[in-house]
Amino acid sequence: MNIYVCIKQVPDTETKIQIKDDKSGIKEDSIKWVLNPYDEFAVEEAIKLKQSLGAEKVFAVTLGPQKRVQDSLRVALAMGCDEGIIIDSEESMDSLATAKAIKSAIEKTGGAKMVLTGKTAIDDNSQTFTQQLAALLDVPHAQGVSQIDVDGSSVEVQREAESGSKEVYKINGACVIGATKGLNTPRYPSLPGIMKAKKKPVHTHTLSDLGVSSDSFVTYTDYRPPAEKPETKILGGEVDQQVTELVGLLKNEAKVL
Amino acid sequence: MSKALIFLEQSQNSVKKSSFELVQWCKDNNVDFEAITFGTIGDEAKSDCERFGVTKVHQVGDSTLYNPMTWSKALTDIIKETSANFVLGSSSVQSLDLFARTSALTDAALATDCTELTLVDGNLEPVKPLYAGKCSCLVKMTGTSPQMVLMRPNQIKSAEESTSTLEVSTKTLEATPSNFEVKDKIEGEGGKVDLTEANIIVSGGRGLKEAKNFELLDSMAGVLNASVGASRAVVDDGWVPRNMQVGQTGKTVAPSLYIACGISGAVQHLAGMSSSKVIVAINNDPDAPIFKKATYGIVGDLFEVVPKLTDEFKKVL
Repeated sequence: MNIYVCIKQVPDTETKIQIKDDKSGIKEDSIKWVLNPYDEFAVEEAIKLKQSLGAEKVFAVTLGPQKRVQDSLRVALAMGCDEGIIIDSEESMDSLATAKAIKSAIEKTGGAKMVLTGKTAIDDNSQTFTQQLAALLDVPHAQGVSQIDVDGSSVEVQREAESGSKEVYKINGACVIGATKGLNTPRYPSLPGIMKAKKKPVHTHTLSDLGVSSDSFVTYTDYRPPAEKPETKILGGEVDQQVTELVGLLKNEAKVL
Repeated sequence: MSKALIFLEQSQNSVKKSSFELVQWCKDNNVDFEAITFGTIGDEAKSDCERFGVTKVHQVGDSTLYNPMTWSKALTDIIKETSANFVLGSSSVQSLDLFARTSALTDAALATDCTELTLVDGNLEPVKPLYAGKCSCLVKMTGTSPQMVLMRPNQIKSAEESTSTLEVSTKTLEATPSNFEVKDKIEGEGGKVDLTEANIIVSGGRGLKEAKNFELLDSMAGVLNASVGASRAVVDDGWVPRNMQVGQTGKTVAPSLYIACGISGAVQHLAGMSSSKVIVAINNDPDAPIFKKATYGIVGDLFEVVPKLTDEFKKVL
């Protein structure tokens, strides 16, 4: 049994987003793709937990066009994952369809002691994949996890809930964990790590190999830029005037007080 | 005929007000609806339901302590029992987790963190921001199972008062599976309103110079009955706890009023607050990017402006 880390490549946060002329998506040619930042916590934790969970291998799994996803996969391998799995698909798929494909890949390669994901992918911030994969695998999940303690065959996890509160779960056996900030400090791939990663096995599957389809219930269409904001009113004068005017505007013009 | 099931999230014995925005949406779109809530509905929650026109609620279990396994199972059962084609809620840590697991159990379409919602030919069509708000898209939902949508709070029309009599149908939760246990809930500091639910947020960044100067914001927040947020820089420096962080790696907030003090406005911060209704920026650097997003700006020394502004708020409130 293995540990699986699900990773996604996303546009770097500094990348300028341009919408295609037909509004069907964003222009991808000028985008710098990076490993989703939350997935770095998942990769780090998987490597750390391999021994204490007694897992055979740590697999990094990703879905997308092979050419685009392989760089992020190499980062995960350079950090210390043992092998990679690419589900090569040009289709755009929603998180549930993606979870179905990844479930199939996990089952085909030995099954999971634990699956780790990032809490969210910063492209669409849906925060749904972790729980969907767990439900499909019929195992418990914990989303937004900032602490994991292994105790024999069970784990105790802390997840971040509302208003700074934390929920503590005890899970026995396989589970899916959505990692968040605070769980660990992800390592930088070392030079020897990067060299080794080039030789690590990467298995490529198609959707039909896995017996799944790209059919999705959710499709993103009609992309549009954010609504134009009216021009900012910069308030002039002395501080006393500025604050009086501001409070007046908030009360009478914006009506938010 | 469409029918919706609305998730009413309870917090500290009352129903979160953003849950009722979905009640209003159903009324405005002539969609029949029932509600579901977890844990006993107290008097306050009941009177809120009646005040905002909820007529039927399925009350599941007697505890508001979240359990992803049993709650998602119960929600799945009630979706089937009510034959709801829409399942609606307000985006929060709890509803995201519950809806996501349930969507896989029911094989349903799910869109989260949406900012607009329309009904087109019997299908839900939400609008969802992408890439930290750098663009948004229309979400097309298909499939024979229910369509599930979570709306970002404060984005659609707030609930109008009406009157109704609430019918409560109670259900028990199934036992938790033996491989899973919710052991404990550790409460956060203070009982402050969660940032994502707050109507007014006063937020601070590096411009405050040191941790203790957050006191200035605390006193303004006290006057405004606001919550206090922070930029990533000061959270990383340990000035304030992480649950106060607004931005891409923190919380996405959309209050009616967001007052940014000494925050320059990195793109990651803007991603977390730019859908606020009114934004006030106070900063000594006239070129700070926050001014581009602001409704009103004061270029000046926050140590002078903030205390005076607090006094001015005291006068009018």
